[in-house]
Order: sequence, then C-alpha cells, then structure tokens
Amino acid sequence: MTRNPQLNTNGELTHLLTLEGLPAEVIRNILDTATPFVSIGEREVKKVPLLRGKTVFNLFFESSTRTRTTFEIAAKRLSADVINLNVSVSSTSKGETLLDTIDNLVAMNADMFVVRHSQSGAPHLIAAHLDARGHREVHVVNAGDGRHAHPTQGLLDLYTIRHYKQDFHKLCVAIVGDVLHSRVARSLIHGLTTLGTPEVRVIAPRTLLPTHVEAMGVRLFHDMASGLRDCDVVVMLRLQSERMKGPLLPSAGEYFKHYGLTPDKLAFAKPDVIVMHPGPMNRGVEIDSAVADGARSVILPQVTFGIAVRMAVMSIIGGVK
Amino acid sequence: MTPTQLPDAEAALATLIDRMRGAVAHEAAFVGIYSGGAWLAERIAAALPGNHPVGYIDVSFYRDDYDRTGLKGGSKRTELPFDVAGATIVLIDDVLYTGRSVRAAINELFDFGRPECIELAVLVDRGGRELPIEPTYVAARVAVARNLTVVLSKAADGKLSLAVEAKAGAT
Repeated sequence: MTRNPQLNTNGELTHLLTLEGLPAEVIRNILDTATPFVSIGEREVKKVPLLRGKTVFNLFFESSTRTRTTFEIAAKRLSADVINLNVSVSSTSKGETLLDTIDNLVAMNADMFVVRHSQSGAPHLIAAHLDARGHREVHVVNAGDGRHAHPTQGLLDLYTIRHYKQDFHKLCVAIVGDVLHSRVARSLIHGLTTLGTPEVRVIAPRTLLPTHVEAMGVRLFHDMASGLRDCDVVVMLRLQSERMKGPLLPSAGEYFKHYGLTPDKLAFAKPDVIVMHPGPMNRGVEIDSAVADGARSVILPQVTFGIAVRMAVMSIIGGVK
Repeated sequence: MTPTQLPDAEAALATLIDRMRGAVAHEAAFVGIYSGGAWLAERIAAALPGNHPVGYIDVSFYRDDYDRTGLKGGSKRTELPFDVAGATIVLIDDVLYTGRSVRAAINELFDFGRPECIELAVLVDRGGRELPIEPTYVAARVAVARNLTVVLSKAADGKLSLAVEAKAGAT
C-alpha cells in the first residue's frame, strides 16, 4: 500500500491535497487550531510571526478572486511573503511545463505553493515531484483542482458547521445543486462522513449527479421538499452558468423554480437551520436574496472563518519537515 | 541524584500573593500564560485588593522553536479584555526556566498595543535562563535536573500542585 502523499513518514500533515482519506484527528486538529486564529483578525496588529521569512507562492492556473485573496490574507497574517502568480498569462503560455515552473520557483527558495488548477490531480503531481526531488521542506496546498477537491473550502465549511452546531454526530446536512461539477461538494462530503455526520443528503436533478455518488455515503433526493425536511444545515452550490448552455438543464428560471432556495422551501428544514454557500452566489438562480441575506444565512461568516482555517492549514504544514 | 524538592504549590501561591501585595500597581492587569499561569492569574486577582482585569495569553504563535518542532496542537485563544496600550501588566507564569515563553508573551502583548510597563510574577524559578529575563515577583527558587520538567496541575476542587515529570521533547 502506498503512503498517503499528504502525510510524512511520521504521519504529520505536510501537504493538504484532499480531505478524502485524511484521518479525523488531523481534520479536528486543523479546526481546533483555526479557533485562536479567528480572533487575530480583530486585533490592532493582525499578524503573528509564525511564517516570518517564508515565501508563499499563490499559483492560480484558473481564475479565482475570493480563494486567492483569502489565501493571500491568511499568509500575510502569518507574516509570510506572498507572491501571486497569474500563471495562465505567464510562463505556461510560453510553453513551460508545470513541473519546470515549480522547479524554477523552488530555485527561488519557495517554501509553500498554493495551487489552483483546472486539471484534477495537478497539486498531487506537484507534491509528488517535490517529494521525489527531496524538497521535504516545501509544502503544497490544494486551492481547488478540477472536479476533484477543494479541501480548504471543505474545512471552512466544517468549521462553520461546528461553530454553529457543535456536534457532528447528530446532524443532518443537505447539499443542494451541481454536485457533478463540484469539488466543494466532494470535499465537504468526505469531511462530514469522516467526522461522523449520520445523515448527509444530496439534492439535485439527475443530470447533475455523478454516477455512484451513493458510494460516498450520501442519501439522494431529487426534490427540495423531501430533501430539506428536518435538516440542520443546507449547503447551496453555485450553478455555473456554462452548465446551463449544455443539455444538462433547461434554463436558469426552471432550475430556480425546482431547486432555488426560497423562504418557502427553507421552511421544510429545522427552524434553526443554517444556510451556507461557498460563493460566488447567483442570486435568483440557486438562492433567493431573501434567504441569502436572511437570518439563517451564515454565508459571510464562512468567508471570515475561511481566513482562519487557511492560516491553520498553512501554519500546521509549514512547521513540518 | 537526589529527588527534586518542590514547594507545596498552595503555600508558594500564598507567598507570591504576599510579595505582590502592596507592590503591584492598583489597577495593574494580570495576564496568565496558559495553562498554569492562567489559573494563577485568577487566584491572584481574587486575593489582592484593587481592580485587576485578568487576561490570558497563549504564546503558541510566537514561539521561537516553530521551525524545529512545528505547531503543537491545543492552541488556545489569547484574551486580553482591557486596552493594552498604556496598561501596567503583570505577566504571570507557573515556572520560569529558559525565559523563552516570557519573551514570546512580551512580543504578543506588543501586537495589541504599547504597554506602560510589564512585570513578571512566577511561582517557581528553576534557573537555566537563556535570555536576559528576570522575575519581578517570585515565590520559590528550585534546582531541577535538565531532563525534567516542572508541571503545575489543578485538581477538580481547584487545588494546585507541583510535580516533576520526564521531559517530552523540547520545551
């Protein structure tokens, strides 16, 4: 059996690539470590010196504003130097391979790579390459790869759920929308099941469900009324507009009618339900403004917690040899 | 080698409170370093007259051995429920040894503001300083072998006790 590529030979987290297969105690340690980082954002000096003198490269081969910004803020609050590379318009367009780019940045004494890539597995490839070259002190954080994983988003979702609901062992969590294309959903499902959530539901039209999704330990629903019934947490997924052009969906209006989260549909869930969304939101497509801005929404706290969770991940792996 | 002679923690705390009484500023804030120092800060604030805000500090994010040992689990939230800028602060810790935790705590305090003055109160000074840091108030000085660590524990009834343990990794 091959070793989990995220863990070093001592079982310590050295890269964060996916929540799949990550031991529960590693996930809990990240969430616990994030708690004291939340309050650093409220201080006079919003910085701690943990990564002072370290250089973090944000390598975004696919565009993103929120994720890149929150990683940048997180690294800066840890006192790291942050270099943002918009790779899609630089070396790769001149023909340089991914691993050549990495080797060049390691030669510039990079300490950590935060990688977003449209190809599933690209962060794994980089981590394996660094390990093979003996660069054990250089770490990789997956900031979203293809349809595969978005582990820091999954962790911040878990952190948010734990913040409002404390114990995973009694919860019913419904994930609504485009699960087929969602690395966010995949990471969250792995995290929730690892932490012992008894009921994880997926609510989506058949065309937006991956085959064998039940194998991930979720219950499938195709209508909101039954899927949302008595849920503690609702996670809405973004419906990417490019999906609507294909044969998967009739129209945005039709989707909103059946799967858009309105106050009426939310009434099926428990009265103290929390509503989450990874952003960016399409108001009037997957979520109604009355819900997005309503009392049950924790969408903006998710963003704040996201910085603390990313600080926790970077400070944990950054101290591992 | 001879077994380490540790003072009774409750008696040492009474001594420390006696030495601080009349010496600390009337509105000095007491900031305990987690976890032993936090227990002591509460007890000292309750025993001394005056209006002493109590805060707690976790120095995990300011330690100087992060590059060697990484981040250990169990970090707590630093809570300073008073304005650090201009405050007179008494840092409180259970055991003073190398001085590195105190250095980290002072650095962290300055990220909240510029204090007027920082003093240091410790239950036990075991010597072995690696930094030029000296306590303002100290209850007991003891000699402890380098391979041992001195641990303050709190029982369910709140009673404090001191013990020596074999050292687990670097401190």
